[in-house]
Amino acid sequence: MPVIINIPSYLATFAGGQRSVKLASSPATVNEALDALWKLHPALRDRVLDEQNQVRQHINVFVGDESIRFAQGLATPVAEGIEILIVPAVSGG
Amino acid sequence: MPSVQHVSPKKGDVLVLVGTMKGAFVLTADRARKKWKVGGPYSIGSPVYAMAYDNRQGRHRLWWATQSFRWGTFLSSSDDFGKTATQPEAYSVKFPAESGLTLKNIWQLQLPTGEPETIYCGVEPSTLFVSRDAGQSWSPVQGHLDHPHRAKWTPGGGGMCLHTIVPHPADRKRMIIAMSTGGVYRTNDGGATWQARNQGVRAEFLPEKYPEFGQCVHKVVRDPANPNRLYLQNHWGLYRSDDDGDNWKDIAKGVPSDFGFAMAGHPHDPDTVYIVPIESDEYRCTPEGKLRVYRTRNGGGSWEALTRGLPQKNALETVLRDSMSTDSLDPAGVYFGTRSGKLYGSNDEGKSWQLIQEGLPAIVCVKTGVVGDGVATSPRRHGGAEKKKAKKKGSGKKSRR
Repeated sequence: MPVIINIPSYLATFAGGQRSVKLASSPATVNEALDALWKLHPALRDRVLDEQNQVRQHINVFVGDESIRFAQGLATPVAEGIEILIVPAVSGG
Repeated sequence: MPSVQHVSPKKGDVLVLVGTMKGAFVLTADRARKKWKVGGPYSIGSPVYAMAYDNRQGRHRLWWATQSFRWGTFLSSSDDFGKTATQPEAYSVKFPAESGLTLKNIWQLQLPTGEPETIYCGVEPSTLFVSRDAGQSWSPVQGHLDHPHRAKWTPGGGGMCLHTIVPHPADRKRMIIAMSTGGVYRTNDGGATWQARNQGVRAEFLPEKYPEFGQCVHKVVRDPANPNRLYLQNHWGLYRSDDDGDNWKDIAKGVPSDFGFAMAGHPHDPDTVYIVPIESDEYRCTPEGKLRVYRTRNGGGSWEALTRGLPQKNALETVLRDSMSTDSLDPAGVYFGTRSGKLYGSNDEGKSWQLIQEGLPAIVCVKTGVVGDGVATSPRRHGGAEKKKAKKKGSGKKSRR
């Protein structure tokens, strides 16, 4: 079962309009899954990660229903067939 | 979402670029500068602290920095005044991973004359970046990134930012920068090394009132006729240097407060600078509820309030450090924006003011340009040909204003 990464509409403009990207590979971690996503759509990388390879402060990444902030960060394991969600945090002013 | 309007300025038209906390606007008018058209907002919803118009080498390129709350800070450019803009695949202004730093904001864009492919930007955390290919690629200025004082620079109220870049017009290797906090630094060797240049500048908030560095300098401008003469608006204090920053002397006699953020130099006239005094670093509003621009025409020897057309009652306004600029025309235009979203302009060097636009988001950046005008303007000198010519015609500067 492939891993699917769902992205918000803003990022879809940098991914050929797709809101959902199906990975051909079988990543073991979120980091590997995101690396595969950047290979497909390079413009997404700097919008999600900062220079220190950290997820930007006001972006959340979920594996299934679990935020990686409360798991193992980018090292969070990815099970086969699971969906990863990149979503803007509730923030702003 | 608001509808986006576009402008189509012609050669010779004046541009006023307005960065706000919710996007960028481009205003344009003919040389009379009475009727303005408004384009934007661009980068809707995001703070835009830095804008610039690059008209060197025949370009018509707008630059602005978007500080997206979510997606990071990046530069965009437009060659058609905002109708279309670049969406960079990879962000161009980035810290090297080994620095351990991450970009928070871009505070300043500076396009030096005489170096048409060079652009500088000042960022938060305080670092100077440079592009030598007209903005395509950027790198930090290593001598500044590795500065031994870096660990002791601390954030001011707006963050730890390098907000002012002042190249020397006659010497490419010399440049002044200013940081909050950190103060003024100068390089004499093209950025390889940087020396603190704060002698005489007060740091009211430190135990040592006159330290080598650590001051909270808000803005520095250079005199158009005497490139070694600088003016400085400090977090408490108003100063002038006659030796390119080596020494500073207090020139705050005759202003209602020596606290303030914004400062703009006259494009041609020597010794002429504009400021908007603010009452105290706790209150941070215009004193007595009066919105007054102050101008000196004698290098800070005295100051005059310029108020015609500006509200003099219940005007509790704040004008931030990059929210004031002059254009390059004669007579010069002067523009400033308030935190309450009002843009004021003067087409007669400050003698009278017009509310150009209100209802904008909080204004954090005001810059100018003249379409197609890629040539640096010549400064006037005391006793020079311009002055003699004006006197002969019986229309000297004093009577003209």
